[in-house]
Amino acid sequence: MAGIIEKLGNTDRRIIFVLIALSVIIPISFNLILPNPVGAEPSRDLFDYVDALPEGSNVLVSFDYDPSTMPELQPMAEAVVLHLFKKNVNIVGMALWPQGASLGQDAMSGMADSLGKVQFEDWVNLGYKTGGGVMIVRLGSSVSAVFPTDKDNVPWAEIPMLRNITGLESFSLIISLSAGDPGIIQWVMMAGDRFGVPIGCGCTAVSAPTLYTYLQTGQMVGMLGGLKGAADYETLVGIKGGQAIRGMAPQSVAHIVIMLFIIIGNVAYFSQRKKGGAK
Amino acid sequence: MRLIIPLAITFTAGMIMILNFFIPHQPFRLLGDNLQEWFMIVASGAIFLGAMNLMHVHSRKIKLKLKNWKYSPVTIIGFLLMLVTGLIYGVTEHRPFDYLFMNVVAPMGATMFSLLAFFVASAAFRAFRASNWRATLLLTSAFLVMLGQVPIGAMIWDKIPLAKVWLMSIPNTAGQRAVMIGAAMGVVSTSLRIIFGIERSYLGGTD
Repeated sequence: MAGIIEKLGNTDRRIIFVLIALSVIIPISFNLILPNPVGAEPSRDLFDYVDALPEGSNVLVSFDYDPSTMPELQPMAEAVVLHLFKKNVNIVGMALWPQGASLGQDAMSGMADSLGKVQFEDWVNLGYKTGGGVMIVRLGSSVSAVFPTDKDNVPWAEIPMLRNITGLESFSLIISLSAGDPGIIQWVMMAGDRFGVPIGCGCTAVSAPTLYTYLQTGQMVGMLGGLKGAADYETLVGIKGGQAIRGMAPQSVAHIVIMLFIIIGNVAYFSQRKKGGAK
Repeated sequence: MRLIIPLAITFTAGMIMILNFFIPHQPFRLLGDNLQEWFMIVASGAIFLGAMNLMHVHSRKIKLKLKNWKYSPVTIIGFLLMLVTGLIYGVTEHRPFDYLFMNVVAPMGATMFSLLAFFVASAAFRAFRASNWRATLLLTSAFLVMLGQVPIGAMIWDKIPLAKVWLMSIPNTAGQRAVMIGAAMGVVSTSLRIIFGIERSYLGGTD
């Protein structure tokens, strides 16, 4: 028995890699979907806030991520955009990360086509601008000074939905889908604290723990944390079999596999310690 | 003069931004707005510097056949391909640049980040030990958060997601807040030291 435990404790990392790969591939191959109950989580708070927005409000969605975090944040982007469109809210998209502009365009144009929403009347993508927090402060006094044209160089004056937008105060809500710096922290500090605009957030699972502080202080109205946050939002919006909901089964199995490996590692550790081989 | 001029510019710009924050009226507002726009222009210039640096570093690697130089041509070709495609066809939707971005850059970027899952699993197996009560507490919290973060946690016991939210909202927030307040105070003190010319390492020398 001790020999088996010792062998398990020295499992080659390639075996771990294969098992993790299988724990993801098998649930995806069998299209396994687990029920995703949404409790009293920050994702519900964001949904409720968006749901209470009056028709015709302006919401700024900032796509502050790149392809590396796309598996977590793109399903969030699509679910949030769908909800905003369903509520007949005008979406002004932009990005603090260069590649976020294209990912935002993909999310907004895809949803707009399926719902019959019109570019420049219901939604617009202003694109990427450098400057991070400093740029957000400038947006506070004038959005058109920072973005004289949209992503595809259409002048501000030719975009009807932007006529009533001056500074950040023109927005009822800002949602930052954020993978790091610059991102949600700059939006909270500059747009939320300085200009008093309500802030919502979608972030990667690893950055969620840092951001819980802003929820408790009321500096953020809600948060979608990682793929679970995206799956929660898909469930609340009513997307059947969305990308994030489908991702919950592989993530569940992968978490269980990782936990089993941690348990095996600890059993081997204590067995070795009992024999005096580990400290 | 080589020292005084940069220090004077830093002091003036810093003071204008501080005054603009506390007195958001003219002339500080106009000065602040202008400085913010200048910052964005200077930051845009950094993108060109980054591109030039990328080419320089990888060309040098190929020329001197440094470690892993074989990957450098791939980087340079990929960079030039995206650059030329964007310049010729533009970056609007349904154009070659957008096609390459959505079908090559995006999946490759996502793949690189996904590799983390394998290394996290391997590292957790080798390093996550309940060697004392603090480590055991961390391990228990990690298990609760991992289970609470996926639907299977609620299937095992419906209180697990609540435990996760409690752990994240109370003990985690207490620790995070302490770190953030400390870091913010550090930022304030470093910024003041730079504005008043006490911290001069950004000038490149030690004096």
